[in-house]
Amino acid sequence: MSTGFCGLELEHPIINASGTFDAIAARRVFGDALHDAFPFAAFVSKTVTLAPRQGNPPPRLWELPAGLMNSIGLPNKGLSGYLAEDLPVLAGLPVPLIVNVMGFSRAEVGTLVSAFAARDEVAALELNVSCPNVETGLIMGADPSEVARLLSVVRPLTDKPLIVKLTPNATDPPAVARAAQEAGADAVSLINTIRGLALAPGSDRPWLGGGTGGVSGPGVRAIALAQVSSVRAAVSIPIVGMGGVASGADALELLRAGANLVAVGTESFRDPAAGARVRSELDRLGSRAPLSGAS
Amino acid sequence: MRATAERTRAPFGVRALPVTDRAEHGAYVVLSVRDPDGPDPQPGQFYMLRAAARWGGGAGERPFLPRAFSVLRARGAGERLELQFLLEAVGPGTVRLCELTEGQRLSVVGPLGIGFTSPRAGHRPVLVGGGVGIAPLAIWQDGLDPVTPVLLGFRDGPHAAGAALLPGARVATDDGSVGHHGLVTELLAAELDRDSRAEVYACGPPPMLEAVRRLCAERGIPAQLALEAGMACGFGACFGCVVPTARGLIRLCLEGPVLDAAELSAETFAVPGMGHSG
Repeated sequence: MSTGFCGLELEHPIINASGTFDAIAARRVFGDALHDAFPFAAFVSKTVTLAPRQGNPPPRLWELPAGLMNSIGLPNKGLSGYLAEDLPVLAGLPVPLIVNVMGFSRAEVGTLVSAFAARDEVAALELNVSCPNVETGLIMGADPSEVARLLSVVRPLTDKPLIVKLTPNATDPPAVARAAQEAGADAVSLINTIRGLALAPGSDRPWLGGGTGGVSGPGVRAIALAQVSSVRAAVSIPIVGMGGVASGADALELLRAGANLVAVGTESFRDPAAGARVRSELDRLGSRAPLSGAS
Repeated sequence: MRATAERTRAPFGVRALPVTDRAEHGAYVVLSVRDPDGPDPQPGQFYMLRAAARWGGGAGERPFLPRAFSVLRARGAGERLELQFLLEAVGPGTVRLCELTEGQRLSVVGPLGIGFTSPRAGHRPVLVGGGVGIAPLAIWQDGLDPVTPVLLGFRDGPHAAGAALLPGARVATDDGSVGHHGLVTELLAAELDRDSRAEVYACGPPPMLEAVRRLCAERGIPAQLALEAGMACGFGACFGCVVPTARGLIRLCLEGPVLDAAELSAETFAVPGMGHSG
């Protein structure tokens, strides 16, 4: 089931959600078996920021009915650390690499996009305009004109496909998607986690070290399906659909709602090979080609 | 610093293993499973566990995530490899795991993490455990000189029944019902008075580990501590299980769960919810 996506030829339509699979750590744990049976048709990196980040203080996780809330805070080595240490390793993966980037200003995103535009190892870029865990992360993705302004800065910097990752914590995600398409985005991905709060048992204080967190897992699947469907009605560019996918049947529903690729996220925590299982279940179900004019 | 430990790598993916035995030891359950396709784990390594069926639907509609457990013992090899896990029903996940009986299936990912390493030259091991944290000490004890001191602390008599899993252990209980009436760290202090060339291996609740760390630091005794933190995946994907160390926040599942006490501080053990997630 070969799949075209923004000019990339992918072996199948299942990829990972950014920040839910660390291919370098997994290689240490599982060895070469990981590459021999790599579960995703493309690998999306964890978010890279300009400066290194330690991430939020623990606790970072809270288990929910049918899901998980996290407040990780985008720990990463920063652009230079990523280029020096991670990129050479990730270039050895058996699938194309999509690098997810986030900046705290348009200029910062521009610096990140330019740096990766120059690297042949990078097949595409995903712009994180939606992470709800970092104070300023919400701003760009919550407003159509902000997204348009961001793309007016970064679109001229690269010919590589630009995927805008939409936040569900916006008033009107289809309007944001339409603005992204009009400003030159090649694709959109959705949904990111939904903002939530857990109180420490018996107290009025947040449990998570970062305060609020992002809700993911099967509990958000219906929300993802609704948002993918409404975004599909608003744009013609390809969509990466995600949110609570745990089976081939879940993936098929997102494809039917208008997604072109499907990302597996939280389910990989429960089963590191979940991506491969979702793909084979999808194969058995026989996926229908997605509908409106995307390629 | 302790020597760099070898990591035994896990097969990629989940294995659904048949339960071959379920035995009660007071407040604890020992679950045995056959793992014909898994490697022999290193002492101190752990597995992510969940019931192959009916995982979810417990208290608060949990559990959702698998639970991390150090391996209690590994017996046999190759196709005859059998793993044992020490369980205590304290939350929706552990309640479900404790229900499993012979013939049902346990889904596992592992072995994961980096375990214990041999004592530094000239040092003699002393094992200190608390509660369900005695588990990794059993498999470690299996490979050590039988005279190695083993000191275990429990809340009360039903929990102290777990001490039978480690032959020759000396026991302390909070309520005085078995052995020394008091803390296991009091037994440790007496042991270190006798032997200043000890290297301590400890696993237990965060306050116990912090007391062990402080005691060893005061006396210049090296210690390897097996920690626990809330964990979603166990293989470095979620970045959820970080603990504060001298190296900064590190992923416990990847760099631990056994850490050198020298890189830890009181701050490490002050993280809310560091104990068992249930």
